[in-house]
Amino acid sequence: MNPVLEVVDLSQNFGGLRALNELSLSVGKGEIVALIGPNGAGKTTFFNCVTGIYTPTEGQVFLHGAKGEKLLLNGRKPHVITSLGMARTFQNIRLFNEMTVLENVMIGRNCRTRAGILGAILRDAKTRAEEQESIDVSYSLLELVKLQDFWNETANNLPYGAQRRLEIARALATEPRMLLLDEPAAGMNPQETNELKDLVFYIRDNSQISILLIEHDMGMVMALSDRIYVMEYGSCIATGTPAEIRSNPRVIKAYLGEGDA
Amino acid sequence: MSACVWGGMDIQFFIELFFGGLTRGSIYALIALGYTLVYGIIGLINFAHGEVYMLGAFTALLVAGVLGVYGFPAGGILVVAALAAVVWCAAYGYTLEKVAYKPLRGAPRLSPLISAIGMSIFLQNYVLLAQTSDFVPFPNLLPPMDFLEYIDYVMGPSDFLILLVSTIAMVSLSLFIRFTRMGKAMRATAQNRKMALLLGINADRIISLTFIIGSALAALGGVLIASHMGQVNFGIGFLAGLKAFTAAVLGGIGSIPGAMVGGLVLGLAESFTTGYFSGNYEDMLAFGILILILVFRPDGILGKATVEKV
Amino acid sequence: MQRMLRAAFAALWFMILTLPVLGISLNTVEHSVVWRWDRILGLGAGIFALAMLWDWCFARKAAGRPVLPLPGGFGLGFALEALRSRPGLRRCALAVLAVVMLLMPVAGSFYQTNIMISALLYVMLALGLNIVVGLAGQLVLGYVAFYAIGAYAYGLLNQFLGWGFWACLPVGGLLAVLFGFGLGFPVLRLRGDYLAIVTLGFGEIVRLTLQNWTSVTGGPRGISDIPRPGLFGVSMDIAASTTYIYYLVLVAVVITIVVISRLKNSRVGLALQALREDEIACEAMGVDITRVKLSAFALGSCWAGFAGVIFAAKTTYINPSSFTFMESAMILSMVVLGGMGSIVGVVIAAFILILAPEYLRAFSDYRMLLFGAIMVVMMLFRPQGLISGERRRYHISALHGQGGRP
Repeated sequence: MNPVLEVVDLSQNFGGLRALNELSLSVGKGEIVALIGPNGAGKTTFFNCVTGIYTPTEGQVFLHGAKGEKLLLNGRKPHVITSLGMARTFQNIRLFNEMTVLENVMIGRNCRTRAGILGAILRDAKTRAEEQESIDVSYSLLELVKLQDFWNETANNLPYGAQRRLEIARALATEPRMLLLDEPAAGMNPQETNELKDLVFYIRDNSQISILLIEHDMGMVMALSDRIYVMEYGSCIATGTPAEIRSNPRVIKAYLGEGDA
Repeated sequence: MSACVWGGMDIQFFIELFFGGLTRGSIYALIALGYTLVYGIIGLINFAHGEVYMLGAFTALLVAGVLGVYGFPAGGILVVAALAAVVWCAAYGYTLEKVAYKPLRGAPRLSPLISAIGMSIFLQNYVLLAQTSDFVPFPNLLPPMDFLEYIDYVMGPSDFLILLVSTIAMVSLSLFIRFTRMGKAMRATAQNRKMALLLGINADRIISLTFIIGSALAALGGVLIASHMGQVNFGIGFLAGLKAFTAAVLGGIGSIPGAMVGGLVLGLAESFTTGYFSGNYEDMLAFGILILILVFRPDGILGKATVEKV
Repeated sequence: MQRMLRAAFAALWFMILTLPVLGISLNTVEHSVVWRWDRILGLGAGIFALAMLWDWCFARKAAGRPVLPLPGGFGLGFALEALRSRPGLRRCALAVLAVVMLLMPVAGSFYQTNIMISALLYVMLALGLNIVVGLAGQLVLGYVAFYAIGAYAYGLLNQFLGWGFWACLPVGGLLAVLFGFGLGFPVLRLRGDYLAIVTLGFGEIVRLTLQNWTSVTGGPRGISDIPRPGLFGVSMDIAASTTYIYYLVLVAVVITIVVISRLKNSRVGLALQALREDEIACEAMGVDITRVKLSAFALGSCWAGFAGVIFAAKTTYINPSSFTFMESAMILSMVVLGGMGSIVGVVIAAFILILAPEYLRAFSDYRMLLFGAIMVVMMLFRPQGLISGERRRYHISALHGQGGRP
């Protein structure tokens, strides 16, 4: 399968602490891959390295472009990485709280639109058309995550689960080929989790976006993922299909513990 | 001025500048400690801290004046006035925190800062309106110190007093932080407030204590500078506060030894620039250092780097 | 009852606290002390009342209710809603406002026109700072430096090269922008509170330079005899010229309001607001925050530069004491009072804060005290400012059946 994200021997040090240790991972086109592991295993650090918030100490992160070109992401700024086709959500929701739901999604359109200061002041036809398109695309993404009725609410007025879905819509607005979801189901009730699962499948099936997710809800992980990577203490200790992971003794020992899932 | 001649006057001039810098630096260090303590505990630049220093100078001046009028023995006036300044400023610091900062815990980062700027302006104008906008002479209350006779070209009585008192204050603060229960609680709170709470440390009390200690030190600085310069004014806190903040940043904000080192370095730097170049650029030097440090080495000389959690 | 006890205690505490500074009046000439018990008692009474109010405010805040019911309360909500939903009424109100503003110099005295000019200049400054602080959330404390740069650009270019007002207006704006960039680049990585201090230092450096570089800037004495703006060579006396400047500033303010409200609702404006809300999320969503921050700095300083040129032309005399930190603080308190990011709010706040001390003489001494208090009180009880929730209306094709679903 053609990979979209390819990570080779990624390491991250903070002072004397090694938060990631020679981690390798790849996500194929249209694949849903889960990253699991106990708290503090380095999953979010991995996301931060891949999206350019941290600069990795060693190793390479590649994103494959639409035409198959291989782009090295190390050292690029987060916004450049996003415009190259990688988008993410945050574990501790980071919405633009005082802005409306629609405006939150429109920020995601920022890297796909061009209007500058002059355009804003003159409001010429081109700027207006671009803005209207941005509004409409954003609204249709809200429909996708079923938040269209709240489009004019401020983001901090949304319930928790809705905020998580809004983060997904905002990330989708950047037109990613690779979507990173950091604990999307955290704090959701079973019904919401179920709907989220359908949403993730829908995104993958309809736009061929590859998805890498960190998740603690094992039911969701097992049902969604094509493949799973298991992390512990910054290293990858196992990888395979859900069935393989379920029966891997090392994983059971390190993570699943009492054999749930 | 001949910089090449390393004889008589020039060495003497250098020594003069050096001690002048030390005196000045100790005052900066005293005020800087307040910034650093507060920043270490709640991560706020207490913009109004310079004003507390100014209030200290004014309180001492007024109390000394009253004592003088009522015929209090001259020898004791400075001590009582200084004590009064310390007590009242501690109360001002405590009140400041309760009124303007405490209700804003957990608010967006800019809110307490704007509140602090507002408090600073408020306090300046409070003194301006309650007293005067003029410079007020501060009486010379120091006893003659005969033992300084041989070095009086480098150190007058007030310089000696500044060095002595600030050294004592800094040593006692260091001992307090290191060895007492409260001091340890302060360090714990500075490192991790949540953890300290879980361990049963009353964070509110520690924060209040921090403001009280910081303000008391600033008041001490205010009294010392007032008796050194011989005059006070409602506006002296602004510049002194900024310079002390520069000192705190220079040493590494949040670090107690850093504030002391930063204060001395800044004091010396200013003294030498004034002596060898021109007094016009004295204030600019401090701001220049402040900007350069914040831009290129925001963790200062003794601070440690921080990684923002995402 | 408990509330009264608490208030009484607070009153007592503040009476003791303010005893030395407020209560002692030294007469160094006659060597005597006057105890100002009247002040202390007055303060005690005042604090007692304030403490009750304080308690009530916090009780409301804790209950999640707004302390100041604006813009909904006091019948304002009704008025605003009417203005918002009925374009005819809105046009009417705007027309009335326009007529009042246009007739001001004709109906009012010379003195009043002058006050209005300075109020309008502050509106310009506050709106400019509002871009940086209110929209982009970058707390800049040395804003007045850009104002000074504009003013001195005109003063110096006129003195040394004989340039006129109209040539200097764009140059002053441009120079301020250049300085804005110059300040912007190094401070890009700084966190909010450090940024505040660095910009404060920058402002002071600019002022000290103006003060000490005597050979060029005239030092503390400044520059005098700066010509008023010309109008195709028509010669005017002071009154006519003041009226002319009034209309000039009025036009400048209208342009400022139009430009900034368009900017606020644009792609760039949204990015600015996102930057204010969460820098990391903003960057992760593909916004080039370097560019956005620099745009904010450039746009904000540009307006201060323009205002500076006009200020120099209005007063014909400038010196460094017009550009102290207190000016910056005043402009900041307008933004804070009006509401971060709110254009209407900031305009109203600038007018209140400039006109109130001018017309209510009793206030004028307490002006700066009040500005300081406003910043604290607003942060405590109404951080969003007087007017908030000025929200843009979007036209969504899918909802209105035009253009169909994309």
